[in-house]
Amino acid sequence: MIGKTWAVFHKDLLIELRTKDSLNAMLFFGIVVLVIFNFALESVRETVRAAVPGVLWVAFAFSGTLGLNRMFAAEKENSCLQGLLMLPIDRGIIYVGKMLATTVFMLITEIVIFVFCLVFFNLTVWREIPWLAVVFFIGTLGFAAVGTLLSAVSVNTKMREVLLPLILFPVVLPILINAVEATNIILNTVDYGALRLPLTIMTVFTIVFGTLSYLLFDFVLEE
Amino acid sequence: MSESGRHRVDAVLGALLLAGMVLALYMAFLHAPREKTMGDLQRIFYFHVPAAITGLTAFAVNFAASLMYLIRKNRWWDSLALAAAELGVVFTAIVLVTGPIWAKPVWFVWWTWSPRLTSSLVLWLLYAAYLLLRNYVPDPERRASVSAVFGIVAFIDAPIVWFSIRWWRDIHPAPMLETGGLSPSMRPAFLVCWIAFQLLFLYLLRRRMALEGARLDIEQMQRQADMSR
Amino acid sequence: MPLIEVQELAKFFGRFSALRSLRLDVQESQFVSLFGRNGAGKTTFLKILAGLSRPSAGAVRIHDPAPLAPQAARGSMGYLSHDTALYLDLTAVENLRFYARLLGLPFGERRLTEEIERVGLGGRGQEPVRNYSRGMQQRLAIARAFLHHPKILLLDEPFAGLDQGGTDFLKRYLAAAHAGGKTCLMAIHDVALGYELADRLVVIERGVVALDVARSSLSLEEFQQRYRTIAEER
Repeated sequence: MIGKTWAVFHKDLLIELRTKDSLNAMLFFGIVVLVIFNFALESVRETVRAAVPGVLWVAFAFSGTLGLNRMFAAEKENSCLQGLLMLPIDRGIIYVGKMLATTVFMLITEIVIFVFCLVFFNLTVWREIPWLAVVFFIGTLGFAAVGTLLSAVSVNTKMREVLLPLILFPVVLPILINAVEATNIILNTVDYGALRLPLTIMTVFTIVFGTLSYLLFDFVLEE
Repeated sequence: MSESGRHRVDAVLGALLLAGMVLALYMAFLHAPREKTMGDLQRIFYFHVPAAITGLTAFAVNFAASLMYLIRKNRWWDSLALAAAELGVVFTAIVLVTGPIWAKPVWFVWWTWSPRLTSSLVLWLLYAAYLLLRNYVPDPERRASVSAVFGIVAFIDAPIVWFSIRWWRDIHPAPMLETGGLSPSMRPAFLVCWIAFQLLFLYLLRRRMALEGARLDIEQMQRQADMSR
Repeated sequence: MPLIEVQELAKFFGRFSALRSLRLDVQESQFVSLFGRNGAGKTTFLKILAGLSRPSAGAVRIHDPAPLAPQAARGSMGYLSHDTALYLDLTAVENLRFYARLLGLPFGERRLTEEIERVGLGGRGQEPVRNYSRGMQQRLAIARAFLHHPKILLLDEPFAGLDQGGTDFLKRYLAAAHAGGKTCLMAIHDVALGYELADRLVVIERGVVALDVARSSLSLEEFQQRYRTIAEER
């Protein structure tokens, strides 16, 4: 079972490392979002550090959605999805493999976007990195946990990729709220005691939706 | 239940509803006392809050129906889930409209990012997304499965959303807060309005499901007509 | 006891009926060619058999030997359409290795290479599938779809887009499978080809079985005549 999950994960990784289609698109889009925010926040230039947590997670969420779309849209090419569905395996394996792959791609993208953010907004962060890493990791895992399920849902609809942001963002709001707040705590208020609650909510969200998505995945993939 | 049996239930329910609504209007506008600070504007509370509760009831029904559909694969549950979701969206919309009507004269802003209003907005978005999703899946069996999954996800998400927003508001307090308090003299009016809204929900649910049943019947007749051509 | 039992299968999308009350029982080792106009329901039928789609009414049972729903019988079935389900950016070996792993087949490198050679692609296993011609991709797709040598082969227009070499190869492959006792259901447009490979001919028209005969009972010309009559009836 773990071997099969690894096979799914490894396949997506292999294809991505070879083509870099997803990663390029995600990176580029994330950085474009940062640039747009630079112009959007011109009037609050002095307090821009306060806005960084929000800007960062918006960039992560948008570029993450691109990655999520590709996860299943790429399977539609040549009806590879059909091939996967004909396999006599528990479909939860496909879920876990793809969820992990999405998390990895998103984390790679997030690190690069974060570095660009530091440069664009002239920030220095060294001490904060360990805690930021924790927040990025849990937040991304939670995002991918529910995003993978909903991406599978949207890929077989008439609107396909266009539908995913519409159904994903309302659901994933708790992750975004808490991740932004946690990032804000780390970067701005530095009241590390207050980190406990957002991190707990994010972890609970990830566990709840990871499990729920795994259980419901069978009902979602068809054709 | 037979056709005439169903009609009888609907008739009784309709009569009860009419009486309930008239009573609710009386209670809210005449019987209930005038509130100290906000005056008559506060009476919107008797519709704003019951609408919110009814919206939540509707979504709970959608959750249960979605679960039952995945277990039984019977289209009746899917019809129930759809009807409940639509009504939930409507009632939550009432909350979102009465909120600003209430807020503007009192706090001079159309929208307050208060926990209840914000949560209602997200809830509305979740179930609007549910309806949107249904719209884009042509295969009826798949549509039922996929929206059932989303209905379950949305319902489990809702408390986490509410909690997150509540906590976030605690950290970033806003000057305007909702008055949730109910003095004892207001309770009867509130109770009547709440019951009236629940009756409205029940009545509309039955009508909506009957409509859906009729739609499916028409489709079947169209299929048979196409066949014999 | 038939291997595949199809009871009153129906599938509708709103007012449009793709399948209406379709009945078809398939015995083990039969080769059934499915004919019918576009939109007659062949693809929908095969998808339901494969468990890729759920019927609106009726049921399919695979007696393996216990009666199973298609979804539970995936291990005994292979499905090939004219989409290859191959990852274009992976090599042939990588594609097969992936599917073998998920099928639980302990195939090593040598065995994978054998499978590739068996479909006539020897020596080109390390190239990305993107570089293959349509015929080569279909050959690899055959290897992929039937890697686990399933009892039941479901094929939806497998000859579409194949050149003469590819067509000859697939003909030989299917004939060998049939001779080896495999049960095959194949949707096909080419009447002569479908007639040649099958031992049972089924025509689906407007969501039901309009004709179901043993091949031995009709000559090709007779069958073509009957088929034309059905297609022209409106």
